[in-house]
Amino acid sequence: MDAGISSQSTHAIAVFENSARAIVGGQYVRAANAGDIVGGVQPQIVVEPGTEQELAQILKLANDGDLAVIPRGGGSKAAWGNPPQRAEVVLSTARLNAFVEYAWSDLTVTVEAGCTVKQLRETLAQVGQRLALDPLWPSRATVGGVLSSNDSGSLRLRFGSLRDLIIGVTLALPDGTLAKSGGKVVKNVAGYDLPKLATGALGTLGIITRATFRLHPMPQETCTVSCLMRDVGEAQRLLLAVQSSKLAHSALQIRFVTSMPPQMDVLFEATQAGLAAQVEQLKAILAPSAVIEPGPAVWNARQELHSAARDNASNSALAKISILPAQIAETYETLLAITANRVHFQAVVQATGVGCVYLEGAPTEFGHALQSLRAKLEAAGGSLMVAHRPTNMAALDAWGDPGDALPLMRAVKQQFDPKSTLNPGRFVGGI
Amino acid sequence: MDARIVEELRAIVGPDGLITSAEELRTYDSDALTNFRVMPLGVLLPESTQQVQAIVRVCHRERIPFVARGSGTGLSGGALPVETGVVICLTRMNRILEIDLPNARVVAEPGVINLDITGRVMAEEYFYAPDPSSQSVCSIGGNVAENSGGAHCLKYGFTTTHVLGLEIVLPDGTLVHLGGKALDAAGYDLAGVFVGSEGTLGIATKVILRIVKRPECVQTLLAAFPSTNEAGAAVSDIIAAGMLPAAIEMMDRLSIQAAEAAVHANYPDCGALLLVELDGPVAEVQYLMTQVNKICRNNGAWEVRVAQSDVERALVWKGRKAAFAAMGRISPNYIVQDGVIPRTALPQVMSQIEQLSKEAGVRVANVFHAGDGNLHPLVLYDRRIDGQEAAAEALSYKILEICIAAGGSITGEHGVGEDKKMAMSKMFSEPDLETMQRVRCAFDPLQLSNPTKLFPRPRLCGEQPGKYVVHPLEAAGIAERF
Repeated sequence: MDAGISSQSTHAIAVFENSARAIVGGQYVRAANAGDIVGGVQPQIVVEPGTEQELAQILKLANDGDLAVIPRGGGSKAAWGNPPQRAEVVLSTARLNAFVEYAWSDLTVTVEAGCTVKQLRETLAQVGQRLALDPLWPSRATVGGVLSSNDSGSLRLRFGSLRDLIIGVTLALPDGTLAKSGGKVVKNVAGYDLPKLATGALGTLGIITRATFRLHPMPQETCTVSCLMRDVGEAQRLLLAVQSSKLAHSALQIRFVTSMPPQMDVLFEATQAGLAAQVEQLKAILAPSAVIEPGPAVWNARQELHSAARDNASNSALAKISILPAQIAETYETLLAITANRVHFQAVVQATGVGCVYLEGAPTEFGHALQSLRAKLEAAGGSLMVAHRPTNMAALDAWGDPGDALPLMRAVKQQFDPKSTLNPGRFVGGI
Repeated sequence: MDARIVEELRAIVGPDGLITSAEELRTYDSDALTNFRVMPLGVLLPESTQQVQAIVRVCHRERIPFVARGSGTGLSGGALPVETGVVICLTRMNRILEIDLPNARVVAEPGVINLDITGRVMAEEYFYAPDPSSQSVCSIGGNVAENSGGAHCLKYGFTTTHVLGLEIVLPDGTLVHLGGKALDAAGYDLAGVFVGSEGTLGIATKVILRIVKRPECVQTLLAAFPSTNEAGAAVSDIIAAGMLPAAIEMMDRLSIQAAEAAVHANYPDCGALLLVELDGPVAEVQYLMTQVNKICRNNGAWEVRVAQSDVERALVWKGRKAAFAAMGRISPNYIVQDGVIPRTALPQVMSQIEQLSKEAGVRVANVFHAGDGNLHPLVLYDRRIDGQEAAAEALSYKILEICIAAGGSITGEHGVGEDKKMAMSKMFSEPDLETMQRVRCAFDPLQLSNPTKLFPRPRLCGEQPGKYVVHPLEAAGIAERF
């Protein structure tokens, strides 16, 4: 921080630190370092509570001391959202990683927020089950982080996104309340659906301390079929043809690289008996184009673009886009026109219309390109979220226009976090 | 109601859009939970979003509570009027505004009947998946309010899975748009919160729905078991085998008898009937159906039939969907419960219900969505016999307690409404409920939209949730907090 911190907040942090040590133990409170920077802002202190109750107490302590809190899981998507207006305390869920209850025969699991997706997957796989979700960087990403950032991949086509998989949540609020909602059963309409409210809220309403999910069986057999498209028009036409067919595919994506023909991938998950017939039907739809069976690696395409942006931090940007499935071709044409050969881009779009666009080139070009693309998408009912931006790119709000519901969103924020303690300024409309 | 306000409201909806005469109001004094009845001050029948907004603005200005109502088929008293308020009935807003097949979306007004959505896209082989038993009469707006389920939500999900966007009139008359045709709109998922909020957060005036392509093939298996225990074990084995059927339904002997008497579905006379529906690609369904058949026989099913044609399937479902209404054949009165349990707790919960039924001398028929553990125990009684109604109500409440104790829920699809609001405190702690009320306060700080429902107690939105203080009546042992 250039101007240093005021003596008042130094005092507040010192008071907080002492009390925090008493709550979680000295070894779980440390001074923040450069690795803890969020959106260019340096926090002061990192706390790792060991229980939900400790986490709620620490959050209340910070809130009482007017210290801003950055909730953190694995930190894999810490760059998402706008830079925080303030950031004093990083509250890590790293130690909250227990399996609370795994009712495998009821196909539900309750885990603490700091449990990684990989850890969850491995345990579920032991009894042939899974959380039907393919989020980014599963070995680092935690349940709480994935939920807060609403990260989902190609399996969403069949199984829905997190909002369709989460059935219960416990939230810690800035006033120290620990509140649960939803439940442990898949079917339940008692009370407001706060699991959905917490999903995608980027930790601005409360910190998720545990969540319950509905699970799915692992597929007996899987098969990926890929096909090169002549052009974007054909890709669009065939995507809609597959979508309106009676195939029971689990995922479908189109991969675009500038100046290359687009490629379409379709994933089937079925029994041995059902698989062959479906693959034949798909081939009939795609004919006369030749198909290959490239194996499951093609489903890493979305993560590869995100990783490329992370690893090529200063010369690339990455945006998550959401459009209607029938708008893919026109969105691609828009991208071509906007980037006009000055920026190299790649995109992966799923049949749900959700995907990502990776830009590479001179960062000075990105701001304008993303802004133009966002304006076009929003005009057509879609949206664009900037997930990664290089430091010398022109400032651009991460989220775009939330529409006429923004005052209502602010009212919700006011009810849950009246002092704007949690992730201040990182969410839509300055929330 | 003040004559000036009546005139103002009449000017908004026109002379045939306002009902104030006592005999006509009687139609609206309850929903399908008929043991609660309240006469409203008036009923308004708006025809447009603008009219809804204008009505709500008047209500907001005059602090008149309002209750939105669709077809009135709800089973929890969600559309029960408030004595000091009006009912806003959305049945005249029944246009399907847009059908977008390439993107599989339909935009509808709240008064559109659930089954009419499917009716409009059937020719193109799409359907609207949530299928509450009342789907031929219930409205989409009501489905949104209650987050309605149905037999096929085991595979296809609930109303909330299929609602992508909403146009809402907030309780102060402001119009807002939540979600949209595209997924993952920027900001909080307020559409997700609104669905299932039972009319307490405002009135939906437009709904963006997802429609689904019809599967290549559908097969329904009917299996007769000696008792619900064997049938329940078969369900567990089906799930353990890694299958996700479109629906798994169970009926016990009493409900089979009632359904037979009412619609002659040609069900076998047995202790428990299991209905398993599989859909998807032909080869897949055929293979899995063989597995289901085997599993049923291994668990003691003595008769297994597979309905192949649409006519056979329709007959099989007719008995199940008519089960509630059919209770009239075997009992003058009944209470429907809607508790949910983890599926594996089924045998234990069934024997507990049986025990309670014996002790109370009240018969209980059981119909349930066995795949997701949603029980619909039907507590049968005769109002004319002294004490039976009270015994039935007590038993019905105990069943909910059993569900909660088993780790389940007090309601799977009918909603809390007026009926189960006191049971909310059994399922949720005070901080849990206070936290939900924060959402209420953000949407409706004056608590005008369907007040008195869903929560055991209202919360003043200005007040900070504080420590619970024991009321003097409680301390004296005169009153009890539920």
